[in-house]
Amino acid sequence: MKHEPVDVLIIGAGASGAAVAWSLADTKMHILCLDQGGWMNPSEYPSTGRDWEAKFYGEWSTSPNIRARPEDYPINDDNSPIKVVNFNAVGGSTVMYTAHWPRLHPSDFKVRTLDGVADDWPIDYDALTPFFEENDRMMGVSGLSGDPRSPLTHPPMPPQPLGLSGPVIGKAMNKLGWHWWPSDTTVATMDYEGRARCINLGHCTPACAQGAKASTDITYWPHAIRAGVEVRTHCRVREILTNEDGMASGVVYYDKDGVEQFQPAEVVIIACNGVGTPRLLLNSKSARFPDGLANSSGLVGKNLMFHPYAQIYGFVKEPTDSNRAPPTCLWSKEFYDTDLSRGFVRGYGIQFGRGAGPVFEAVASEQKGILPWGADHHRVFRKLNGHRIGVSAICEDLPEEHNRVTLDPVLKDGHGIPAPKIDYTISENSRKMMEHGLARGREILEAAGATDICINNPIPWGGWHLLGTARMGTDPARSVVNEWGRSHDVKNLFIVDGSVFVTSGGVNPTSTIQAVALYIADQMKQRLANLFD
Amino acid sequence: MSEPTLSQRQRDDLRTVAAMIVPASDEYKVPGADDPAIQADMLATLGRDAALVRQALDHIARLASKPLADLASARRDEVAHEFRATGGGAAATLVRVVLQCYYRDDRVLRSLGLELRAPFPQGYVLEQGDWSLLDPVKARSRNLRRAQ
Repeated sequence: MKHEPVDVLIIGAGASGAAVAWSLADTKMHILCLDQGGWMNPSEYPSTGRDWEAKFYGEWSTSPNIRARPEDYPINDDNSPIKVVNFNAVGGSTVMYTAHWPRLHPSDFKVRTLDGVADDWPIDYDALTPFFEENDRMMGVSGLSGDPRSPLTHPPMPPQPLGLSGPVIGKAMNKLGWHWWPSDTTVATMDYEGRARCINLGHCTPACAQGAKASTDITYWPHAIRAGVEVRTHCRVREILTNEDGMASGVVYYDKDGVEQFQPAEVVIIACNGVGTPRLLLNSKSARFPDGLANSSGLVGKNLMFHPYAQIYGFVKEPTDSNRAPPTCLWSKEFYDTDLSRGFVRGYGIQFGRGAGPVFEAVASEQKGILPWGADHHRVFRKLNGHRIGVSAICEDLPEEHNRVTLDPVLKDGHGIPAPKIDYTISENSRKMMEHGLARGREILEAAGATDICINNPIPWGGWHLLGTARMGTDPARSVVNEWGRSHDVKNLFIVDGSVFVTSGGVNPTSTIQAVALYIADQMKQRLANLFD
Repeated sequence: MSEPTLSQRQRDDLRTVAAMIVPASDEYKVPGADDPAIQADMLATLGRDAALVRQALDHIARLASKPLADLASARRDEVAHEFRATGGGAAATLVRVVLQCYYRDDRVLRSLGLELRAPFPQGYVLEQGDWSLLDPVKARSRNLRRAQ
């Protein structure tokens, strides 16, 4: 079935798709967004039930392979020590994230210039500054302005309380003389733009029943829809078609009933992030584009960056916040910048964890061998439960072409569309960085008086950040899109998600992903008269 | 009528191994994970874990060669140790199923001093904490690597 053409077709209603839709809405163009998922119902979120922790291991797992909702697609990540995690719905993975909200630093955009590795971005931090600010207002950020080791931010809401865990960590960091600061987060600490303030449900990552955590289904989308943007849900795009001029003509998708549809469009914007975007481009082969769409550079799917997480945690005598607070509250940038005496280039951010709920604690501690079976189980559990603090080094992953997304020759999703396959190894530089992070984390935990110290190196289901697989650049031979997000090969095709990242920084990327999406939308609006030149 | 998720033998072994993981305690006034209500919760909520739990129980059956409860205590401990060491993801799933049902039982939560409710809608109160701890960090000069 063929539909009436739209001016702009956005594929993916997550972090970047929502931002770009909202920004473009003021052009009054006919904008349609297709998403393979649907609208979520907060009354069904895990924290509304007594089995809230158990759900995290099944239907609310961060792994699409474990979760296996009809809206999910399988990912072959057998050949990767870090497994992909995501969420597929209106809101995308902002429905299921920790709401930790750092930005890339100005130096992260000039990695080649400063450190002689990887590449510089074709844009700099200053170009994104107004869009970071706009995005923080739209998403609703809480935090404390003035961090001496981070870009200056102006969160519209005060920071989360330090609670019980924050002071334990702060005292340890002060003892060591190391930097720490309350995290910017997208957790509303006061009523904000129709969102209720945080009431410390604790179980933030698998969706917030209170609506205090910003996800784009409750931030950008209501505004975009009021402005006229149409969202069509449970529509899974199979491929982007092109016409005889080599321009994108529209997309083929399967609707909620599984019926194949064709949606023509003047402009196509991909917002499926670092795995979904290359998957779609590689699935959009044609005689004119035999290696996949927008892939004359051969770089579609290559340079996948994850952020390897080196996690270390322990148990202190003092009670911690356990599950009665948002999981993250503090960060440190002490080891963020390059210091070659450490044995590696670039650096890592640290995010601190407040604690865990009883089921998670029991399961994780039994697996680590610190919670025994038998008579001593009860005594040990009472020593551990409600006493955990954690330190995670989020390591800057440098781009390497052999880390890549391809199409699996066998695995397919529920519509028969080839699934993505991940081939990824942790580099020697990242390994050294992770070891450094663990050693510093151990010092922090020991300064806090923690015992029973355990590590996850890497966090196996830690592939939240899916970056670099359709990189941005000015050279068509070395990049997939130009410096304002337009494909070098197909002049009405844009990419606005994490796949355009040139380097990854050492922080969670969602804030920067959305700032880039808003920047690209702004560039498009400024060039509407000659967008395809 | 659908088949029962676990056979009677598997149920018996599940009950036995659950008690080995978390036995009842007079000291803490808590039931063991073999408690009938907790066992009923496990069976009722196995769901997508059923296949792996069955696989784990088959592994136990192979190691024990007879119902786990019929083994002498020392031999039962050996089997349990072997099961956990060699059972892989299936064993981990069985243990997790036992623990996730145990640590949501009212009697157990009460013993831990935890409230018998879902987090939503009441939530929890989080104290502000001592913000003066941040003063030494605030006192440091701004130090952000330049991009040029």
